[in-house]
Amino acid sequence: MKYHRIFALFTRNIYLYKRSFPRMLEIFYWPLLDLLVWGFLTVYLTRGQENFPGFVAFFIGALILWDILWRAQTGISVSFLEDIWSKNLLNLFTSPLKPEEYIVALMMVGTVKLVVIAAIMTFLAWLVYSFNIFVIGISLVPFVLNLLVLGWAIGIFTIALILRFGQEAEVLAWALGFLFLPISAVFYPVSVLPPFVQAIARCVPSSYVFEGMRTVIASGKFPLHDLMWAVGLNTLYILFAFFFFRRIFNLIKRKGLLVRIGE
Amino acid sequence: MREPVVEVQGLTKTFKKLKAVDDVSFEIYPGEILGLLGPNGAGKTTIIHMLLGLTTPDSGFIKIFGMDLQKEREKIMQEVNFSSTYVSMPNSLSVRECLQVFARLYKVNNREKEISRVLQEFEIEDIGNKLIRSLSSGQETRLNLAKAFINRPKVLFLDEPTASLDPDIADKTRTLLLRIKKEQGLSILYTSHNMKEMEELSDRILFLHKGSIITAGKPEEVIQELKGRDLEEAFIRAARERRV
Repeated sequence: MKYHRIFALFTRNIYLYKRSFPRMLEIFYWPLLDLLVWGFLTVYLTRGQENFPGFVAFFIGALILWDILWRAQTGISVSFLEDIWSKNLLNLFTSPLKPEEYIVALMMVGTVKLVVIAAIMTFLAWLVYSFNIFVIGISLVPFVLNLLVLGWAIGIFTIALILRFGQEAEVLAWALGFLFLPISAVFYPVSVLPPFVQAIARCVPSSYVFEGMRTVIASGKFPLHDLMWAVGLNTLYILFAFFFFRRIFNLIKRKGLLVRIGE
Repeated sequence: MREPVVEVQGLTKTFKKLKAVDDVSFEIYPGEILGLLGPNGAGKTTIIHMLLGLTTPDSGFIKIFGMDLQKEREKIMQEVNFSSTYVSMPNSLSVRECLQVFARLYKVNNREKEISRVLQEFEIEDIGNKLIRSLSSGQETRLNLAKAFINRPKVLFLDEPTASLDPDIADKTRTLLLRIKKEQGLSILYTSHNMKEMEELSDRILFLHKGSIITAGKPEEVIQELKGRDLEEAFIRAARERRV
């Protein structure tokens, strides 16, 4: 991998954000809307329920962390779609650029975008609901990193599917991440799920992250066991995503589909 | 004896049951412009895509600068470039920003100087700060061509590059291509449906039909072979006689 090519694409995306009002709006609009709607609902539901004081923390914390996962995924998949829409993909792949460099550049852009979104949501949660996500403490950092890596893995997998099945599969750029919502135990513990769904949830890194977050909020203990599972599974997920993407990229070159999707 | 910069042997590509390219072999020599001519669906664009590594051939081999394209693509593409009317640029970028991105991708030294050079060569210095979405199709085509020259390539693949240019700019583009070819020994593989342009630019022409080369040679040889008065008549005759 060559740093200058990754940086070239990174720069291009920063130029695009700087110039595009809809792109800037996407960074601010949806996170703000999510936080206001679900945050106020949480406040309403907890009124008069003094026996469950941690509810706001559970819910808004989960909401912010879920947004990190989803934004990390769409950060990759939607940026890729934008290259298809602007018919620029062939110009990029006729240069010495390698597909892996392209992906890494998107990961970098997604990370910057995510940091901005997370900062906005954290500030708003503190301002509107007096919720400080940093009460989770230093444990927050490995949780966030795990969600980021899972988001990348899903994003890379999504790109591979769009490459293979063409623009008909575009909807996956937004939808695939949501497939993980019910089995990630974002807003409820894994134990409330039916046994067979619990078995599936145990294979998803994000379920360990959200379980871990609840453990920290409820007991203040660092959930090392959950973290180790999340890291192990995430390593498998990201390796598989890169492997799958490379296989599909080679396949579509054999089938002549890269050209069709790029023009 | 001169070594070819591009060497293609037995290139074949089938999409499902359609043989898009059938056992095609040719060479391009330094400073040569090779025109790919043929009716729609003849396999011209598929050949260019295989030469760029965008489509993998079923069989045959491609060597550029003596290196195997399959194994040394990254190294080869550093000194190759491409322009097509059918490929666009991200329309929220300005012309200069777009060229900056490609200059970085190709690791061009003295980026600003090189960007000014290509802007000047294609007479688009005045639109350097304009957003791509506000360009006319002719201006965008010239930007595509400017991008293709940003890394001072030794081999250039052009897929109908002047299709949306007005006759004046198209003529200037042809003159520029001939000048750079002469000055820098640039080799070009070229497709176009403009027969006059093909005749004027090409040192040699490969006439393709249904994926196979039916004749090859200097423009006058191809015209004679296909029994036309000029390339346009030869093209029409060849395309109609071979149509099933």
